[in-house]
Amino acid sequence: MIPQEIHELLKSNFGSAVLDVKVEGATDPWIGIAPERIKEVGLFLRDNEKTAFDVLMCLSGVDNTDGKLGVVYHLHSMKWNHKIVLKVGVTAEKPNCQSVESVWKTANWHEREAFDMVGVVFDGHPDLRRILLPDDWEGYPLRKDYQLPEFYQGMKVPY
Amino acid sequence: MGLLDQQFENGNVFITSADKLLNWARLSSLWGMQFGLACCAIEMMATGASHYDTDRFGVFFRGTPRQSDVMIVAGTVTLKMASRIKTLYDQMSEPRYVISMGSCSNCGGPYWEHGYHVLKGVDRVIPVDVYVPGCPPRPEALLEGLMKLQEKIRSSSLARKKSA
Repeated sequence: MIPQEIHELLKSNFGSAVLDVKVEGATDPWIGIAPERIKEVGLFLRDNEKTAFDVLMCLSGVDNTDGKLGVVYHLHSMKWNHKIVLKVGVTAEKPNCQSVESVWKTANWHEREAFDMVGVVFDGHPDLRRILLPDDWEGYPLRKDYQLPEFYQGMKVPY
Repeated sequence: MGLLDQQFENGNVFITSADKLLNWARLSSLWGMQFGLACCAIEMMATGASHYDTDRFGVFFRGTPRQSDVMIVAGTVTLKMASRIKTLYDQMSEPRYVISMGSCSNCGGPYWEHGYHVLKGVDRVIPVDVYVPGCPPRPEALLEGLMKLQEKIRSSSLARKKSA
């Protein structure tokens, strides 16, 4: 299925959850989804016969300046060999997003990394804690407004 | 005991040959604790392999700090790892030495400017004896660092106070 058809299918099933879309242009075509409905959209895309997106290739947290965070999902289908990108937008004041860990198990560590680096909180994740940084680290380093701490556990951090 | 103390302080023939023997014994069998963290570990493995042998120097990698004389810190030291390095260094028994291999453990390396998670130099947590520069240092450079450490041990003495 081409991205336009996937978009039509999603619009007919989840009208209000589909927010925006971009299928033309040089970059990957993407579909914007509301953060509180992403899990049912993911479940539908995985179980539907015509789309069959059984592989979550990548889940990344992004910071699009001015306190607007986001999560990007790259999906792939082994059966039909097509791909689609889903984008979710959240804010720094309310960084909650539904977790897709029950849909694709690989999202377990990917969501922990997005939480660790950008600070997006995934509701429904069984074990949301830091994965790369130490557990008592403060702050989310990959945000654009991140400041380096002076000391960590008695060690000077800057050069 | 008074006679023995006087003999050590004056540094006469008895102490100099005992010194030489002890130092020769220590530098000829420096058992290293392999502490390969990142890419420098590959070069350390290459140095230990058959082409650039460390075994001909008596350097033999042990897995535990309790049985080693020298800790070769090879690779990037993150803040998460730094507290563990301090614990391992404290578990080594004296005389103990540290070789910092590569620019990441010397001074933070390529992560000096933007690395929020990197400890800029392992000498911020443990005392270092020899720094081997390079990214990564060639095996010959690491062997030169080992030989420099051997020089340092050769010139140490029971009579002079050793730093911890």
